[in-house]
Amino acid sequence: MNNNFIAQIQNLNLDFKAKPLFKNLNFNILENKNTALLGSSGVGKSTLLRCIANLERETITSGEITLKENTNIAWLSQENSLYPWLSILDNVQLFYHLKGCKTKKTLQKAKEILDQVNMSKHLDKKTYELSGGQKQRVALARTLMQDSNLILMDEPFSALDAITKIQLQDLTCDLLKDKTVVLVTHDPQEAIKLANHIYILENQPVSIKEVASLEGNLPHQLSNEKLWNLQEELISKLKESNL
Amino acid sequence: MKKLFKILLPTIFLLGLWQGLIIIFDLPHYMLPQPKDVFLQLINQYDLLLEHTQTTLLEIILGIILGCFFGLSSAFALLYFKKIEKYLLPILVISQAIPVFAIAPLLVLWFGYGLASKIVMTVIIIYFPITSACYDGLKNTPKQWLDLAHTYKLTPLQTLFKVRFKASLPSLASGLKIAVCIAPIGAVIGEWVGSSKGLGYLMLHANARMQIDLMFSALFILIILTLSIYFLTDYLTKKFIPWASHLH
Repeated sequence: MNNNFIAQIQNLNLDFKAKPLFKNLNFNILENKNTALLGSSGVGKSTLLRCIANLERETITSGEITLKENTNIAWLSQENSLYPWLSILDNVQLFYHLKGCKTKKTLQKAKEILDQVNMSKHLDKKTYELSGGQKQRVALARTLMQDSNLILMDEPFSALDAITKIQLQDLTCDLLKDKTVVLVTHDPQEAIKLANHIYILENQPVSIKEVASLEGNLPHQLSNEKLWNLQEELISKLKESNL
Repeated sequence: MKKLFKILLPTIFLLGLWQGLIIIFDLPHYMLPQPKDVFLQLINQYDLLLEHTQTTLLEIILGIILGCFFGLSSAFALLYFKKIEKYLLPILVISQAIPVFAIAPLLVLWFGYGLASKIVMTVIIIYFPITSACYDGLKNTPKQWLDLAHTYKLTPLQTLFKVRFKASLPSLASGLKIAVCIAPIGAVIGEWVGSSKGLGYLMLHANARMQIDLMFSALFILIILTLSIYFLTDYLTKKFIPWASHLH
């Protein structure tokens, strides 16, 4: 396996509703970079992410997904991924809670991380009393708690209002800057803001193309004219793929 | 105060309707006793009613516990042994198609005149709503909660007890509330078919001796018993699954 890659997908085949969704798909994820998978709804972005997370092992017909040695995956999905029967602190310590190995140390770490995501004032609340944005902050804290090196995010901000979305995007960039992030989104602006490499998924079976490779510190600001033009370009490409 | 009013108002209305029917249709005592006569029986026959109530209550509680045990076990089995689902599910439905009244004499024959036959009848009556509600809850666990469990590499057993079972609690609570309302039916039918104790037995006994007011007082206790178990279940499910009402 190439050392620059944290994950390699080779000859992936997967059928959806008796039609091939992925046919001999090859795709690599660069380590310590943020990758965005962009595409219209239903094209197969989330399925590809689920394949990387080993959540589609029963539907994959053939192919190989190889992860670099010592790769730990953390999964961050859309709203409502918190377990409502657990407290906020237990949700953040979820891995340790479910495995039955919670300690004072993990509790302390959970509190520190909740402080980082500005949720320390809400510790007494039940998860169902939180707003959508607060829930995603807790989910982000849970992701950080795992200390994984590969973070898979499936449209984590899509259900949030504009301001909360911007706040959480900035917070995510700040807290996950040393990790490899794969972000599934249908929002070109979000892809440009949060990713170093942007891929577009189109057609069925899916073909995957790198459409932009961006330098500079994340989050990228769209005040830059070049990035603004890139957004226009991505929008027109998405429109084409939708036709 | 508002809550008390909500309970008192329908009670007063029903008692008024009851008394009104007796006056309007000039019903004799042996057809419909007056509310005050039933109330007097509740006081005068307190010891007798208490003794029979204890028996029926025990049958109901043991029936509910065992019904829950078998119902939950079946739901877990249906979920984890997919191959038996197509065989077990039709059997479950057929078991509900047979009226418990029809098999009650058989159950008394097989399990005797004691508690066992009444408990079995209660179990049969609540088994389906418990199994069905729990199975639905286990099966419909939100995908995102299961995905997390998968990424944490939980074993199937850990996923079952730590995620799926917890997620099924709101659905199970709904099934349980139905079950506790119908559980007394099983116990009373069993007592009607063959027993020497319990409120069902007392009702038959009083009816045969034209003690209609005593029969009504036993019926009244049965209603109070069912309502109490229902409201206790409702209170406990709200207390222990407070998040259920916030799910959607």
